[in-house]
Amino acid sequence: MKRVVIRIALAAVLGIAAVSAASAQTLNTIKQRGVLNCGSNGSLAGFGLPDAQGRWTGLDVDFCRALAAAIFNDPNKVKFIPLTAQQRFTALQSGDVDVLARNTTWTSSRDTSLGLNFVGVNYYDGQGFMVRKSLKINSALELNEASVCVQQGTTTELNLADYFRANKMKLKTVNFATSDEAVKAYDSGRCDAYTTDASGLAGERLRLANANDHIILPEIISKEPLGPVVRHGDDQWLDVVKWVHFAMINAEELGVNKGNVDDQLKSADPDVRRLLGTEGKHGEALGLTNDWAFRVIKHVGNYGEIFERNVGQGSPLKISRGLNALWNKGGLQFAPPIR
Amino acid sequence: MSATETTAKPQVPLIYNPKVRGIAYQVLLCGLIAFLAWGAISNAIDNLSRAKVASGFDFWDTTAGFDISQTLIAYTNTSSYGRAFWVGLLNTLLVASLGIVFATILGFTIGIARLSKNWLVAHMAAGYVETIRNIPLLLQLLFWYNAVLKALPELRDSLVLWGGVFLNNRGLFLPHPVFKAGASAALIALVLGLVAAFAFRFWARQRQMRTGQPAPVLWVALFFVVLLPLAVFALSGFPVEFDYPQKGRFNIGGGMEILPEFVALLFGLVIYTAAFIAEVVRAGILAVAKGQTEAAYSLGLRSGPTLRLVVIPQAMRVILPPLTSQYLNLTKNSTLAVAVGYPDLVQIFAGTVLNQTGQAVEVIAVTMAVYLTISLITSGLMNLYNSRTALVER
Repeated sequence: MKRVVIRIALAAVLGIAAVSAASAQTLNTIKQRGVLNCGSNGSLAGFGLPDAQGRWTGLDVDFCRALAAAIFNDPNKVKFIPLTAQQRFTALQSGDVDVLARNTTWTSSRDTSLGLNFVGVNYYDGQGFMVRKSLKINSALELNEASVCVQQGTTTELNLADYFRANKMKLKTVNFATSDEAVKAYDSGRCDAYTTDASGLAGERLRLANANDHIILPEIISKEPLGPVVRHGDDQWLDVVKWVHFAMINAEELGVNKGNVDDQLKSADPDVRRLLGTEGKHGEALGLTNDWAFRVIKHVGNYGEIFERNVGQGSPLKISRGLNALWNKGGLQFAPPIR
Repeated sequence: MSATETTAKPQVPLIYNPKVRGIAYQVLLCGLIAFLAWGAISNAIDNLSRAKVASGFDFWDTTAGFDISQTLIAYTNTSSYGRAFWVGLLNTLLVASLGIVFATILGFTIGIARLSKNWLVAHMAAGYVETIRNIPLLLQLLFWYNAVLKALPELRDSLVLWGGVFLNNRGLFLPHPVFKAGASAALIALVLGLVAAFAFRFWARQRQMRTGQPAPVLWVALFFVVLLPLAVFALSGFPVEFDYPQKGRFNIGGGMEILPEFVALLFGLVIYTAAFIAEVVRAGILAVAKGQTEAAYSLGLRSGPTLRLVVIPQAMRVILPPLTSQYLNLTKNSTLAVAVGYPDLVQIFAGTVLNQTGQAVEVIAVTMAVYLTISLITSGLMNLYNSRTALVER
């Protein structure tokens, strides 16, 4: 009996150690598992939200689908794991998710002391405020002494405190664990203003009891570069996630989209040929197949397509491209070349 | 070892000696547990450093950068994470201690009411207990929070109660008393009054033991504790000013502010725990043999003193251990504050601080240690009280 106990105990200790050793080979683990574990936002329209049929939609959700398409040639081999702002980093650090695509702001401390690596920016955002029209204010600078509802554990919470301090205004903050609770409290009149990233405000406003009673103030008080995140210490997986992101931007730049990608296989343009894998072995270098980017575009689309479908003109949010337009169209989205 | 002993006890090989075996097993078990603990800790440290996750408590003194809605000690967003920890801890202790006091009062009232001879009172108390204790606490908290918020008027239509007290969906705003010089005389009178009241109670007890004559302890105590300080306060010319709440553009400034989050959490905890305490009290009273009551009645005691002097003291012996569990439950349940946005230790420290620093292992370990400490202190105090009231068997 005792011997059995000791054996189980040893197995438990060694087992914990074994899990940590495997963390350096994320791509192989995912291939063996047959499904990608994607940390998502479960309640943000446009970025990550399951619809009435339980089908996940959103910009970040489509990013995970693109990853699955590149690895498995099947965009549905993703398990979406909804995480709150509080849970997200621990879930990634502990290996519960392979990638965190959950409108997460890239900051230096998150990139360094949390043991994470930010892959790129799939949405350039900034923080704003939403208030009731009946308050008759036009600027965030008029919010002195206002109560503001905010989600805790976010950069939003810190920017809010900074902004009020910098402008010598008094702030009464009410913090909630989830954005749902914060919005509900704002809607019921507990707070004068609700603050989060501008894209989030657009989505949350539509979910309020009477969207037209609320306006979004013009001030953007922070830089919020949102992007997918992976763990430190696995460069191969970092490369895969990074280049799937770049491939979608390059595809938009080269005019390759979901509709024409089959025809583009016959293209003579060397950039397109390298992207779609008809020339070179760029996919194999990543540990994928050479048609990895073709799969991404075929199943999910290029960056412009997923933007318009989820947050742009094809969605209820109707957010214009703005900073998220391609670099050659006045925006910031720029990807290194595949060669 | 002498020769006589070996003949008295047959020589047993060490391995079959039950005493040696027992000790060996215990050493083995302790060693195993220590090895497992060491394995888990070193493994965690190893993995954290391999994943380049910062560890240690360096974050304790760095600037927190976030705001907290209710702070009992001075705190701004330039204070440190360590300060935020204390703010959260004090908020937890505030809601837990007030919760324990009110839940005890309400629980005892309802527990006794359930045993009332009045049909309506007894059944209303029973209905309360059965309804409240069978609904999950989290749902009750959400109900109270939304009920408190939704039912109260908007800021513009604040209910103005007497003397500059405002009530709206941002909270209850009370005038804040600011004491001036001279108020200390009343404070000294209060302290002296308390001492005098206790001294009188002691004397009255002694006299009752000796002669059987009761003394009006309550009235004398009220005189010393309430009337005396009030009289001194009046004589020194009411040295107090009130900082009245003022309606501002968005909020009410000045005065004292009681947040709806706090009220919702306190209400929820008190009402929920009181239902359990009521049952504990009822069980305790029913455990006192009926003969005790009958004996008291036959001595000519009325039902009030019978309950107070005969039944409750005996019932307390049964009540205290489960009552302690209820106090511990209330304290631990206060962590549900997260759901209603009350800034308790879990919300601030295990929530915001954990997330901003990313040091989950340290933060969670500290939080668990704090709750363990609070619980151990509570149960230690209750055990102390229990050992004083326990039946001394001779």
